[in-house]
Amino acid sequence: MTGQAGKTAEQARLAAEERRDLHAYVWGVTLALLLTVVPFALVHEGHASRFALWVVIGTFGIVQMIVHFRCFLHITLSHKREDLQLILFSALILIILIGGTVWIMGSLALRMALPLRT
Amino acid sequence: MNVTSIVAHPLGRLGVQSLPFWQMLQHPSRMNIINGVIATGAAGILLMGALVTVVLITRFHKWRVLWTEWLTSTDHKKIGIMYVVLAFVMLARALIEAGLMRAQQAFGLGGGFLAPDHFAELFSTHGTIMIFFFAMPFLTGLINYVMPLQIGARDVTFPRLNSISLGLTAAGAMLVMVSLVLGKFSTGGWFGYPPYTESSFSPGEGPDYWIWALILSGWASTFTGINFVVTIWKERCPGMKLLRMPLFTWTALCTSLLMMFAMPPLTVALSQLALDRYLGFHYFTNAAGGNMMHYVNLFWMFGHPEVYILILPSFGIYSEVVSTFSGKMLFGYRAMVLATMTIAILSFSVWLHHFFTMGQNPDINAIFGIASMLIGIPTGVKVYDWMWTMFRGRIRFTVPMVYSLAFIFLFVLGGMSGIMLADPGIDYQVHNSVFLVAHFHNVAVPGVLFGLIAGYHFWFPKAFGFRLNERWGLLSALCWTLGFMLAFFPLYGLGLMGLPRRTVAYSEPAYVPLEVVALVGAVLILVALAALAVQLWVSIRDRDRNRVFVGDPWNGRSLEWSVSAPPPEYNFAVLPQVNDRDAFTSAKEHGSAYQPPDTYIDIELPTHSALGPVIGALGLAAAFALVWHIWWLAILAGLSLLATMILSGFARHTTRMVPAQQVQREQQRWLAVASAAKAVTRREECKPSNAGLAVQEEYEGVAA
Amino acid sequence: MNEPSIRHPGLNLGAAHGADDEAAERVLFGFWLFLMSDAVLFGMVFATYVTSVRATAGGPGPHDLYDLRSVFIETLLLLASSFTFGMASLALKYKHATGKLVGWLVVTLILGASFLGFECHDFITMFAKGGVPSRSGFLSAFFDLVPLHGLHVTAGCLWLLCMVAQIARYGLDRQVKLGIMRLALFWHFLDIVWIGIFSVVYLGGLV
Repeated sequence: MTGQAGKTAEQARLAAEERRDLHAYVWGVTLALLLTVVPFALVHEGHASRFALWVVIGTFGIVQMIVHFRCFLHITLSHKREDLQLILFSALILIILIGGTVWIMGSLALRMALPLRT
Repeated sequence: MNVTSIVAHPLGRLGVQSLPFWQMLQHPSRMNIINGVIATGAAGILLMGALVTVVLITRFHKWRVLWTEWLTSTDHKKIGIMYVVLAFVMLARALIEAGLMRAQQAFGLGGGFLAPDHFAELFSTHGTIMIFFFAMPFLTGLINYVMPLQIGARDVTFPRLNSISLGLTAAGAMLVMVSLVLGKFSTGGWFGYPPYTESSFSPGEGPDYWIWALILSGWASTFTGINFVVTIWKERCPGMKLLRMPLFTWTALCTSLLMMFAMPPLTVALSQLALDRYLGFHYFTNAAGGNMMHYVNLFWMFGHPEVYILILPSFGIYSEVVSTFSGKMLFGYRAMVLATMTIAILSFSVWLHHFFTMGQNPDINAIFGIASMLIGIPTGVKVYDWMWTMFRGRIRFTVPMVYSLAFIFLFVLGGMSGIMLADPGIDYQVHNSVFLVAHFHNVAVPGVLFGLIAGYHFWFPKAFGFRLNERWGLLSALCWTLGFMLAFFPLYGLGLMGLPRRTVAYSEPAYVPLEVVALVGAVLILVALAALAVQLWVSIRDRDRNRVFVGDPWNGRSLEWSVSAPPPEYNFAVLPQVNDRDAFTSAKEHGSAYQPPDTYIDIELPTHSALGPVIGALGLAAAFALVWHIWWLAILAGLSLLATMILSGFARHTTRMVPAQQVQREQQRWLAVASAAKAVTRREECKPSNAGLAVQEEYEGVAA
Repeated sequence: MNEPSIRHPGLNLGAAHGADDEAAERVLFGFWLFLMSDAVLFGMVFATYVTSVRATAGGPGPHDLYDLRSVFIETLLLLASSFTFGMASLALKYKHATGKLVGWLVVTLILGASFLGFECHDFITMFAKGGVPSRSGFLSAFFDLVPLHGLHVTAGCLWLLCMVAQIARYGLDRQVKLGIMRLALFWHFLDIVWIGIFSVVYLGGLV
């Protein structure tokens, strides 16, 4: 790969990469929009049961976070990536701490008749 | 907070009544006079110490050196040394306070000499200082100095951030020191539980001093943790795979991860408490939907990992020390690494054992109790690994080794009482008694403090180029060990006899004998501290007889021993290539140590930067202003901080080059000394003939 | 090598940027660590909110105070700003004209500032309805979480201004490139936190 030919090939490769990168952002914003609008609309309408709404909000929220990670932050599964390990480790810590807090404080509220649960 | 109030009170709530002798003058009762004299004396000692330091620096014209070579330095080695100096200053204060507390309790039958508030200030500052301003800076300093050398790096990844962390830590420490002279410190203990620390019960400046000192040092630790993790992850020299890293670096990595993830809950708890106090929020109040147990929960989500932040580096130090002074490779390296990581992760799943008695479901208590006991397993693995490392080794009883041995015996006892406390049933009985105080001192003193001091003795020759005096060191180690046992073993008994922690006075005569024994122990510990000071003085006096410029006084095993003592500012003339665990031992065996490289190249180093001291000073000013409600100063300092950070983004040319010729010149001078030096056997290790070059034949227990 | 090697989170500069790309690896990893630490900070504030949401102490609750329409607009603004920042990142990576890069950054800044405007308006409306932080444990928790995010966005806007100023002063040197890349991570991260806020706080509160 030398001279003019090499340069054009390199340019073609870059152009393809740019297209791919652009697609990631476009896909990201489209999916995110969809994942935002649906729960907002459902809550606005307010017809569904509380439990169903919570499930939808929770699921759509988590999926949208994954979309953001994938399309905007370019975190992928295909490479050997310490960033992903770090995200998973942070998620583990967050689950332990937040889950533990809700569990402990919820139990306390229940037993102490605090206005934490309805 | 309007213009008129700022004009009317330019110093906020600061006034003559904030001076330590004011109450004594206004109400000269016997109690007030005794407490006023003690408080004024402490303030006087602090001011005298500061004054003497200023005079000495001026007398010897060292201001410029202090500023250009030290305070603005971004060299990880100098930053490390400054951290350790800070830690020792704070240790002196905290130990004197501990002595006062033990004296008060020994004479506490029916009264004693300290006022309850004064006593409460003492245990609050003692705990706060020992954790945040002794242990944290000390271990941060040691990691700063040693870790980049151990992984074959030239510095940490973000040297300016490192200097900022030091500035913020020092600002927090200074805020605690200022509270000796102006006003009072918190009386709420080192964890400052609300609602007692809310403005309704503690309207004064005390809890504010505590909050802002901890927020400053908490930020510093978060940044330090991030800096160390990225350094260990990205700056290792060629061939330094993760499973070839020395164990101290492994523990540094786990501790830094814990700092990153465990500091945020503290920041949240403290800022919420500050919002409650300053702006009338209701996080932890009794009224309006606040819940004090939120604070307890948040605090211990930080507090428990913090315990392991403190102890893991010491575990690393013990691993290095035991392996080096047994002349053997560390036994069970992989098990040690695994145990360290297991402890790090488990440390996030046990925080509830600090408040078993809160009132939650017993099932929750049972689960957290079991999780707490589980930590005993990886810790036990470590203890066995250290013992197997010593087994059939040729052990040399140097000072760090004596500390390590004392640690193993005492820490196992402390761990046992920890397993007891992990049982919620037992915890309900001894909770809030001095049994608990005995337990956590039993793990924290041999576990953390002995390790840090062992590390200080171990790496001192590397940092300063001469060895510390062995005899004074042994005396100090002996006093520490005996003093610790006398001071804290009686507290187990006292706890079982029902003495609550933080008791200023009691009416039960049966407590007195054990309290007196504990006082004797405290006095011995103060002797140990004095012995450390004498040791430093004697060692500096005799430094020319104990030089180890070649750099390997202990027949060391990892890369930090492969360079001169003290090391050049760029650490390595050429980045080392590592092929094995115990990289330097391997190099010595294969004859590749002390060899000049084929070529020298220019080395890029960070430039000095005033950012650290400036941000530290502004942080201190802002915190001080917030403590005393000096709003104009708080706003001014806050805006200056913002401006400083924005402007620092515009700085360019943050690195400089060390020319290859200079590197070559310095390296060749060192190699010349090394080739002229006489290699010594381990029998001469502590004699003046040890110039830092070790005889090689005695590896793995083989006699020379 | 066909697949471009990925060194760090976010859009990588790629080999065409030479040493700048290599330098980005450790700097962006370091910043990523900071974001993870920040995520735990937000997580703790979320935990406070979730466990305080019923502690209204007789004061106004979510249904009295939250305005779904306004939150929806804020969400769209933030999402759009994430996209425009993505366009800025592309302009940086593929060496488009500097003016184009600055243009995308300025659009992002305007979107961010509008978000903050709407959010302030929300808070003022809440205050008017008696929803002040000192009213109840619930409101304290709300005003810890949502303004904390707002404060981050404010910092991001200031940082955007600084980056535009640095481009004016130094052009696209290494520090400017690394600065924009870190800011990109920060901006996208804040959008992820916002997903949590509108899901848990607003939608969860209005269900």
